[in-house]
Amino acid sequence: MSKQQKSKRGNSPSPWTLGLAIQIAILVIAVIFALFPVVWILSAALNPSQSMNSQSVIPPLPETRVVLAEEAGVLLEVASPNGSRVERSAGTILLAEVAGERKELRAPKNGYVQNIRLKVGDSFAAGDALYDISSSYLINFDTLFNTERKPYLRWLFNSVAVATITSFLVVMVTALSAYSFSRFRFKGRRSLLMLILLVQVFPNLLAMVAIFLMLQQIGNHIPFFGLNTAGGLILVYIGGAMGINIWLMKGFFDSVPRDIDESAMVDGCGHWQTYWRLIFPLVRPVLVVVGILSFVGTFNEFVLARVLLRDKESWTLMVGLWGYISDNFARDWGIFAAGAIIGAIPTLIIYLSLQDQIVGGLTQGSVKG
Amino acid sequence: MATLLRDSKAKRSEFTTRSLLRLAATYLGLAVLDAMALYLVYVFALDGVWELAITIGLITLLVNVINLRADLYPLRWISPALALMGLMVVFPIIYTVYVSLTNYGDGNLLTKQQVLNLLARETYLPEGGKVYGWDLYQNSAGDYALWLTDADDSYFFAALGGFDPVSLIAAGADLPAEYQGYRRLDRGEALRAGREAQGLSFGTAELQIGIAGRKEAGEFAQRYVYRADVDAVFDNELSALFYANYETGQFENENGATLRTGFISGTGFKNYVRFVTSPAISGPLARIFIWTIGFSLASVVSTFTVGLLFALLMQNERIPYRKAFRTLLIVPYAIPALISVAIWKGMLNSNLGVISNAIASLGIEPPPFFIDPGWSKFGILLINLWLGYPYFMLVCSGALAAIPSDMYEAAEVDGATWWEKFHALTLPMLLVAVGPLLIASFTYNFNNFVIIEAYNEGGPPMVEAGTLPAGHTDILISYAYRLAFGGGRGADFGLASAITIIIFVLVAGVTLAQFRLTKGWEETSENV
Repeated sequence: MSKQQKSKRGNSPSPWTLGLAIQIAILVIAVIFALFPVVWILSAALNPSQSMNSQSVIPPLPETRVVLAEEAGVLLEVASPNGSRVERSAGTILLAEVAGERKELRAPKNGYVQNIRLKVGDSFAAGDALYDISSSYLINFDTLFNTERKPYLRWLFNSVAVATITSFLVVMVTALSAYSFSRFRFKGRRSLLMLILLVQVFPNLLAMVAIFLMLQQIGNHIPFFGLNTAGGLILVYIGGAMGINIWLMKGFFDSVPRDIDESAMVDGCGHWQTYWRLIFPLVRPVLVVVGILSFVGTFNEFVLARVLLRDKESWTLMVGLWGYISDNFARDWGIFAAGAIIGAIPTLIIYLSLQDQIVGGLTQGSVKG
Repeated sequence: MATLLRDSKAKRSEFTTRSLLRLAATYLGLAVLDAMALYLVYVFALDGVWELAITIGLITLLVNVINLRADLYPLRWISPALALMGLMVVFPIIYTVYVSLTNYGDGNLLTKQQVLNLLARETYLPEGGKVYGWDLYQNSAGDYALWLTDADDSYFFAALGGFDPVSLIAAGADLPAEYQGYRRLDRGEALRAGREAQGLSFGTAELQIGIAGRKEAGEFAQRYVYRADVDAVFDNELSALFYANYETGQFENENGATLRTGFISGTGFKNYVRFVTSPAISGPLARIFIWTIGFSLASVVSTFTVGLLFALLMQNERIPYRKAFRTLLIVPYAIPALISVAIWKGMLNSNLGVISNAIASLGIEPPPFFIDPGWSKFGILLINLWLGYPYFMLVCSGALAAIPSDMYEAAEVDGATWWEKFHALTLPMLLVAVGPLLIASFTYNFNNFVIIEAYNEGGPPMVEAGTLPAGHTDILISYAYRLAFGGGRGADFGLASAITIIIFVLVAGVTLAQFRLTKGWEETSENV
């Protein structure tokens, strides 16, 4: 702040304070706009009543209703009188083996059975609560992990596996190319770099129809890379990530002084040794950041995964979450919210903890133009 | 460094071994790659999928040349990336062009060669062929076999893949309960198993026997024979020639009857002509096109304006907790887009959504966010603003910080007002820096499939599109998606690809304009 401004403020303090107050007010409103959906999804995830319209941010816990087992036994069957949806129907029947005898246990008539935490094969002791209805803020997470029709943990595993393999391979392959572009001077180098930039203008999501048809044909002969497979999806992701990352990495390699390679060469190192023992360790911190961002990008990718993965078992997390929105959204709202929070956490943590690097990258891009 | 020095001393002695090893590894790697590629080229050629056979062949050839020629050493490092880009990015673009010129879609999913391969496997029971009586046998593995009795009471035993005359028992005697490990099924068992066994083809490849009726079995004959001289398929059962019709991609006889399976055939610019001539496409396509442009423009303008506003506010150093404000304000940027849209979708839900209910509690009818085309578009733009402003806030903050402060001091000396400073100084400087990103954001939104799909799958549907899937909030890419994968009337990959080509052309045009505008080529070239 210059002296002039300070004196100005001293002369007429009220307009400045007012202006500042308005500015802060706008920012506060902006923060509310930014965070309202986030707060609300947290509230929905913790709300056992599945309501989409809870009036309070911290939802009230409904009265707990429990069926107490009279004797110890093993659950044989969990069924609902009106068919398939066991999770949430009044009068749910549990077929259990109690002291060698088959017994039917039933929810109390006035009881509203919301979530069954029990699975076939579970054993229980006398006095155990068989239903733990709505008694916990974490009931939605419990249901999320224990619904066989929607194998959330499987999707989470698929996503983590696909994103890990993809980001690792992308970094390794593009680092090789970037080193070559950065360190060698060869005929056609500039044209090749330009070509890569040009091709990158068309993200491979645009050609999803062609990619779908191609994987269909490949899958006829090499099932591992066909439709519905993580192998095919990873191949598509890696191919699509080449261009932009080669350019990005080339920048990092360019920033490593060439003297380092030259001294290594004088010592008798070949190109491979120079790359692997000297340059690669030097740029590794940057490569890790690139890898993490690539992980997040792959983890969150939805369109190609949805087009290429048709079986529920092979879905990634985003495709699975989309399943919650498309069917029974209103009914499964709380469960979706729980799943969405888990799905968003990796990205949120990474983005917020790397925000300075990301801001730096974006700003650099904008200033460079 | 110590290791390096040691290495260099040891290098001379190791030299030959190491280079030999490396050479062996290169050859081994290439051999494995070539074996896989050759296999693929072979099977794709058999299928008549020439485009993939050629692409894989070319890419493999390229990788081989690069890795075997010493003068191409620098390219060796790049060859994995080139191969991946070639197969997964370049080929799909070219393939999209090809598919857009064909009738590829439901009913025409296979190449002509694949259809002929399928047809060659079809058989029928010719009338007047040899007829047998049959009894069903089954072995412990569950495989069925037929005991056949012909009109002269000669016996034959036909398993899957075998056909032998049996002279074991006299004519008219009881059939053996067990034969060659197969057990004879009794009447009840045979009845139950009959349906399963009915579709099977017993005997050898030359002599195929099938169950024709409750008591009869007969020799199958190949039903369809392809005759290359007239480019037609002869149906032995109907004694009719079905000519290949490349306009429709069907095998057709003179009466216009077609075989069940069609094939992929080039139809020229038919898909593009449909843009104009088919009323179910032309009207919706024009509206989708306009909305795509409008959606992209409105998204860029709104996110940039709000982002810039926040960036300007954050510039004021007197605002407390600026860093915390920034962190909180970029939270929307750090949540996966699909999840964000889903949350908003829940909040806007007309019956249960918290926003709709809040509006209703004020005594106002909540707007139909998902039924009315206008309100749907408003909802999408609102969500996209929430998703997109943090990006421009960050970008503008950086660009604002880069504007030299002495320019402001000079302006202040001249007595410029806040608005004059912003209008004449900040905005022009900012636009120079941020301009290319605005264009990039435009092309990004142009293909922002996720928000459209997650919000309402392009809905509400357009009435004039008839049976074709088109919605009021569909953009070009989601429309293409719907034509290809949307279900309903069946996939039309050809038309979907033709629409993708429009997107390609537009994206290319915008990018070219961007490079012209910013002289991006020169600048990028400098960085090279």
